[in-house]
Amino acid sequence: MNELAIKDLLYKLADDQLILGHRNSEWTGFGPILEEDIAFSSMAQDKIGHSLAFYTLLQELGEAEPDTVAFTRNANQFHNSQLIELPNGEYDFSLIRHFLYDNAEIIRFEMLSQSSYEPIAKVATKLKGEVKYHVLHANTWIKNLGSSTEEAILRLQTSLNEAIPYALGMFEPSKYEQELIEAGVYAGEEAVKAEWLKRIQAVIEKTDLKLPDLNTIEPKLGGRYGEHTEHLQPLLDEMAEVFKIDPTAEW
Amino acid sequence: MYGGGNVFEATKFDDLQTEDPAKLAEFEARIARGEKIEPNDWMPQLYRKQLIRMIEQHAHSEIIGALPEGTWITRAPGFRRKMAQMAKVQDEVGHAQLLYSAAETLGKTREQMLTDLINGKSKYSNVFNYPAFTWADSNIISWLIDAGAIVNQMANAKGSYGPYSRALERICAEEAFHLKYGHDAVVHMATGTPKQREMIQAALNRWWPPIMTFFGPSDKMSTHTETLMRWKVKMASNDECRQQFLDMYVPKIWELGLTVPDPNLKKNMETGQWEFTEPDWDEFKRVINGDGPCNAERLAVRRTAEERGAWVRRALLNPKAKYVKPLA
Repeated sequence: MNELAIKDLLYKLADDQLILGHRNSEWTGFGPILEEDIAFSSMAQDKIGHSLAFYTLLQELGEAEPDTVAFTRNANQFHNSQLIELPNGEYDFSLIRHFLYDNAEIIRFEMLSQSSYEPIAKVATKLKGEVKYHVLHANTWIKNLGSSTEEAILRLQTSLNEAIPYALGMFEPSKYEQELIEAGVYAGEEAVKAEWLKRIQAVIEKTDLKLPDLNTIEPKLGGRYGEHTEHLQPLLDEMAEVFKIDPTAEW
Repeated sequence: MYGGGNVFEATKFDDLQTEDPAKLAEFEARIARGEKIEPNDWMPQLYRKQLIRMIEQHAHSEIIGALPEGTWITRAPGFRRKMAQMAKVQDEVGHAQLLYSAAETLGKTREQMLTDLINGKSKYSNVFNYPAFTWADSNIISWLIDAGAIVNQMANAKGSYGPYSRALERICAEEAFHLKYGHDAVVHMATGTPKQREMIQAALNRWWPPIMTFFGPSDKMSTHTETLMRWKVKMASNDECRQQFLDMYVPKIWELGLTVPDPNLKKNMETGQWEFTEPDWDEFKRVINGDGPCNAERLAVRRTAEERGAWVRRALLNPKAKYVKPLA
């Protein structure tokens, strides 16, 4: 198996989890109710833990150690989709992003747990059980708020419309897409997207929200290969603020 | 974290004259026998009022206390610290949830309590009106403020009100981990590079005066709390807690080669008591009454969070649902 293809896959998995974990953690102390404050913090911890697991696999393939990889790269070296780096905004946007992202992530993890590449299969099998709860959380809240007050429905719909082009960017194909599919590493982004669409539609149908017509929407691509919005670099600068005081120090 | 230094109203004997003497005697006898008072049991109004005030202050201290350390979650250096800092601050928010539930059993809703917090009507631990300038400040809070809180909470866990005492037992179990985390982080700083040592010493210097006021004013100047102590609402005096804290932690600070910024701090071997420069109680009063470096900022953050989340709470409200006090 081409090691570059595997690394490419691992980087996008790891960076998505790290950056969304970081965003989720920004809710600590600011949640709309204490229970949500706590829930977002739990998901943040899981996601950052997941990113560490993937960075560790990368290290086994010869990349630098996880702290160095996570805390010293610049935005143009990151492989996360742009959806993940957007600021939290209001709770409606954070919830919609969480819903769109985790419903895709669980599919990726399910597929990867069957992967021909054993180290990923092992990690994905272990972690998908946690992502299952993230999906349950997102779907429950979308169903709840998505059929509640007019105000809530309007907010969620606006955020959904705003997030969808970025969400489609999650399925930006890898440079090694065909190779990964043929080697049985996983079924590829198109397959993830098709299943994702089914799942999010099933939830949205139970609410007063409407999924925009995806055929008319231009996906926001580029994130997988270092093209990012203006929001990622400040996030990374903040994340590395203490670490960079002395990267060789033991904190 | 983060309970400690509760502010009690002066208890007046008059307040008890309206109570049924027979019920009051039975209530006091139960407490003397070491029984717990449960939400539906008879209790004097004064007991209810003081407990609501104390548990509410404690709950507020948890969510406000989550702010200075919370700002360092996104900046924590390295995976190990980042994950621990997140988990630690999340615990504190979880404690607030437990404590609001315990206070609710006495008849005040979480919403009312949060409104009183934002309006400045109810207090929270005064130390959180001071800023956490650097990562090292956050470490000092995790270690020494949590340590202080444990001293206070271990005592209060033996108190008479069942729901509060059970909540505190669970909280103390988690705090024990925070203390280890905080200590480990401080040890790394204190034994690290010259820059790290400088950072941690500076943070200790900044935090020492607030730490010394953490347990509240000296017993000499406190309002009378005999009734509250008899009722096992307040379990240890402010000075007792402060002495215990100094006994446990000053040696540990010195062990790390750090200095405490008080030239008068020493243990008097004859009395067994720590001697120290009297904290600036005027500043303490000024800060607790609103004029500290971060009071306005802390409440503004909390107010913004409440306002921004209001639509979510409105959307969740089921007009048919009736308010039910939590079981705690």
